[in-house]
Amino acid sequence: MTDTDGRRWHDMGGQPAGPVAMEGHDFALWEKRIDALMVLCGNKGLLTVDGLRRVLEDMGEEAFEKYSYYERWIASVNQNLIEHGVYSPEELGTKMLEVAARGATYGEAQND
Amino acid sequence: MPHDHDHFHHEGLSSSGHPYRQDNDTPLTYWQQMEIAVREILIEKDIITTAEIAAQIEAMDARSPAQGAAVVARAWSDPDFKARLLKDAAEASREMGFDIGPLKLIAMENTADTHNIIVCTLCSCYPRNLLGLPPDWYKTRAYRSRVVSEPRAVLREFGVELPQSTRIRVHDSTADMRYIVLPARPAGTEGLDQDALAQLVTRDSMIGTGLPRQPDLPRQAG
Repeated sequence: MTDTDGRRWHDMGGQPAGPVAMEGHDFALWEKRIDALMVLCGNKGLLTVDGLRRVLEDMGEEAFEKYSYYERWIASVNQNLIEHGVYSPEELGTKMLEVAARGATYGEAQND
Repeated sequence: MPHDHDHFHHEGLSSSGHPYRQDNDTPLTYWQQMEIAVREILIEKDIITTAEIAAQIEAMDARSPAQGAAVVARAWSDPDFKARLLKDAAEASREMGFDIGPLKLIAMENTADTHNIIVCTLCSCYPRNLLGLPPDWYKTRAYRSRVVSEPRAVLREFGVELPQSTRIRVHDSTADMRYIVLPARPAGTEGLDQDALAQLVTRDSMIGTGLPRQPDLPRQAG
């Protein structure tokens, strides 16, 4: 037996932490779209909430601190869809390059 | 440095009191690039349509604490409904026409001696299908970590001081089981109808980090 309690990083209940940061923000379109993709892919049986969480938890504490909520969500949605066989990493890579080539801003990078 | 006082307070804040969201003309981030790519691949493969995405965003935007406030106000006014709410909050919310999906939803009633608070210590589970998306602080390490071990200290940061005699119960949500707090009806509201009562019900009062507004005080944000 060790003297650690076996908890993973995301199991935060009761751990010491600083004051609650009260700042909020209005969700941007890209964040709402990621939320919608998660719900719709869930409805279509392409990912589960458990699958979403597994990837988020496996991303580790550093990712939790470094990336924003929906940045981590799209990473997890993407990983789940690849694992489900919806598309390959190569297809994603090709599409991401195509997106970036359209323009330097989120608005310009849309296909419309 | 002198400031125009009124201007200072409104600078950089939207009507919701939050900072303005970023426009679409900020530099494309890696994760935004991934969002666009994933979305377009799903559309190209006929798995998801543009219309479905738009409809889902619209449905999520339509969910707000006002839905929860209507449920609470009805529970304050209608003892039979309150009994149904405490038995099955999901079914009672559906009865009012709110599409809360397949989630199990449990209402915890605040009483004269018990105050309830909800949290998700493991992630960010929230009664989103009734109240809309959670506030950012609900998802922070600080809230998730501390509210279970020192709820009174956390409540003080929200400006809520409860008597030591009040028992505080903290409910840890799971992905499949969400909680909502049924706050206690404020005194002095006997003559108010459900619409007026709903105006007293804040988002935070349904999370447990706040209390309902008092009927004789001016309305405050939050």
